[in-house]
Amino acid sequence: MNTTTAGMVFVATLAVALIATYRPLGDYMARVYTSTHHSRVERALYRVGGIDPDADQTWGTYLRSVLAFSGVSVLFLYLFLRVQHWHLFGHPYAVPQMSAHQSFNTAASFVTNTNWQSYSGESALGYVVQMAGLAVQNFLSAAVGMAVVIALVRGFARHRTDRLGNFWVDLTRTCLRILLPITALAAVVLVAGGAVQNFHGYRPVTGLAGGSQSLPGGPVASQEVIKELGTNGGGFFNANSAHPFENPTVWTNWLEIYLILAIGFSLPRTFGRLVGDKRQGLAIVAVMGLLIVGSAVLAETGQAVHHGTVPVAVGAATEGTETRLGVPDSAAFATATTMTSTGAVDSAHDSYTSLGGAVTLLDMMFGEIAPGGTGSGLYGILVLAVLSVFVAGLMVGRTPEYLGKKIAGREVKLASLYLLTTPTLVLVGTALAMALPGERAAMANAGPHGLSEVLYAFTSAANNNGSAFAGLAVNTAWYNTALGVVMLLGRLLPMIFVLGLAGSLARQRAVPASAGTLPTHRLQFVGLLTGVTLIVVALTYFPALALGPLAEGLH
Amino acid sequence: MARFTATARQYTAAVRILVLFTVLLGVAYPLAVTAVAQVPGLKSRADGSLVTTGGQVVGSRLIGQPFTDAKGNALVQYLQTRPSAAGTGATGYDPTASGASNLGPESVLDTLPDPAKPGDTGKQSLLTQVCTRSQTVGALEGVDGARPFCTPGGVGAVLAVFHAGPGYQGPITRVVSVNEACPAQPFLADYQGVTVQCATFGPDYTAGQVVPIRGSAPAHPAVPADAVTASGSGLDPDISPAYARLQAARVAKARGVGLGQVLAVIDKHTSGRDLGFLGEPRVNALQVNLDLDRSYPYHTG
Repeated sequence: MNTTTAGMVFVATLAVALIATYRPLGDYMARVYTSTHHSRVERALYRVGGIDPDADQTWGTYLRSVLAFSGVSVLFLYLFLRVQHWHLFGHPYAVPQMSAHQSFNTAASFVTNTNWQSYSGESALGYVVQMAGLAVQNFLSAAVGMAVVIALVRGFARHRTDRLGNFWVDLTRTCLRILLPITALAAVVLVAGGAVQNFHGYRPVTGLAGGSQSLPGGPVASQEVIKELGTNGGGFFNANSAHPFENPTVWTNWLEIYLILAIGFSLPRTFGRLVGDKRQGLAIVAVMGLLIVGSAVLAETGQAVHHGTVPVAVGAATEGTETRLGVPDSAAFATATTMTSTGAVDSAHDSYTSLGGAVTLLDMMFGEIAPGGTGSGLYGILVLAVLSVFVAGLMVGRTPEYLGKKIAGREVKLASLYLLTTPTLVLVGTALAMALPGERAAMANAGPHGLSEVLYAFTSAANNNGSAFAGLAVNTAWYNTALGVVMLLGRLLPMIFVLGLAGSLARQRAVPASAGTLPTHRLQFVGLLTGVTLIVVALTYFPALALGPLAEGLH
Repeated sequence: MARFTATARQYTAAVRILVLFTVLLGVAYPLAVTAVAQVPGLKSRADGSLVTTGGQVVGSRLIGQPFTDAKGNALVQYLQTRPSAAGTGATGYDPTASGASNLGPESVLDTLPDPAKPGDTGKQSLLTQVCTRSQTVGALEGVDGARPFCTPGGVGAVLAVFHAGPGYQGPITRVVSVNEACPAQPFLADYQGVTVQCATFGPDYTAGQVVPIRGSAPAHPAVPADAVTASGSGLDPDISPAYARLQAARVAKARGVGLGQVLAVIDKHTSGRDLGFLGEPRVNALQVNLDLDRSYPYHTG
């Protein structure tokens, strides 16, 4: 089998595995969110937390719970990072103090499910903060995204109510019934592959050639799996999933990609179940599938054809790629990580061919909806669906409806605000960085590639992705603060609009479908939604892309 | 007041839930996974897949190491691993600083050394790094190190072409080979009738049109791709079978054994794609070198 065929089979097996998971995992998650039963552990948690699990919240209360929890989390993680160098934590190696701006950046990054890292894990962090600070947010930030989308789905499913469910219950169930069982199992599998899980610190060894090497340890496997499943992406080590102790073998690479995509691709089934029409979920997952397959084909082609001066000189796009993983499987990982909000990398995107690199950037600009971050991907695409039925309504001159709910002024305004948030953050942030001489100098590459680095950084932060064209020197007070603020706004503003939309939808009574209703489960709608997504992205970002990677690729 | 109490309740709940989950997901969960990882079979992997010889730990099966002297020169008796961007040392492969070069596909312009600063080495573009490595490996293995877009001297073959008019229009006034510092003889005597000059430190040549010159090197050079590029982690334990086999003759000569014997050891540690489609074929360099030391010890002199 040659490299290209092997890469195609690799992608195909992932697709088959995800299709096989769609129903069981989607149905399971639907049961989790509709069950009236609280387990004993959950009851204990609610009791200590002072929470009435059977209290149904309005969208305002739900939102305030989300914001309170996120605020407390940022503050807690910030303080934890500021004191993580204390000897109290019994580090097996010297851990430096983290600066205030970097701690803020890192706290914002992990709470917003971005996992942008302006530090390198092996030298900057101790085991305790990785485990009890960062990895906890890997679970919780993913669970918050899931909770918010479930509230939105309830908005569609419920009628004439102001109640959307209970945030604390949704959060707890997501962690304990969905994320924890999968991660616990997958962590052990990853250890079997060679991912490390110990508390040894650095082990000095004398290599065969006489040189010395310090082999790292750490609770890596347990953090690695939730990093993928929760679409977080923050690596234990600087090299992230390219590091052999995080992603030791070719099959752990496959498993990690699967974990990145598993929940995102199954949630549409949960959505279909909850709104009482499984075909609606199928239509949404079809759009996700179309977009990610298109993106994978482009990324794989860009990397395989390896256009560009250095790739032609080398004879392949191997710079920044691990031998065991190879170019096609790395491009598959890159597609999965940028089409979700993961941002883990198993190869250096900065060294990708211009066109391969442009695809990863474009993927994030889609707003990460195919399938997107755990939870956030589905609410992203549902907002686009609302916009799509509105566009269709304009074409035929009828009041648009989606899932039996009228899409009127308030809904369209909230959807538009949602869609304008990230592009505004990306473009204003990039423009500001380019206008400041010191920030411009932080680029590692000159010319269009340098612009791509900055554009990538802000796109990654605003979309809560976290992957990087890592050449950019971002551990400065300005970048840490600016990107930290962009991450928080890029996460919380959309959540406000989504929950507002949920509240507004839930209040309505169901509109019976009539002859003028656009069916939203047919191919026609799949095409419409795909088209609207492509057009929104193209119109927003094309000028910036033309100045960066496209200028470089056509050079 | 009622609103204030409601808000206070939200925040109290947030703090309590966060603390509870920190204990559960941040302490109990990783410790439980660590406990399970202590069972025989898993433990050695959880501890880092260490490799021992003669009771001494010499590294990890999964973490690449340099088989060079402290200056980064290849030790002829060993299979060499890939170039590495991990750490700042001459040899790379520093597990305390894993990472990639992060240099882009059009990184073709070197920063030349500043003659006013003694010891300044400048900053090589990715293209020049690739060209230099190709020449070094070619010389070591006795094959042609030529590559597209590389000068015979082993730097990036890149011209800055200055035109009389704006927008790269009008007659060419000046051509500089930007990566060849004076007094070097440029790799090309003239470009479209204009004499090519060597470069000096200081001027910004990007004002000209940057033109990489393909040259006549074969599209599939004798030195394999992985031998001239750094990995994503800088800790890649593997090399391609092509690169391993290219090194076999030199290793056999150094150890005074037949080529076939070294190739047999390499084949023993070559893995194909898992299940026929996962990843790429690869050779674990540490395992080959350990096996070679065991079977055909190297004697200096």
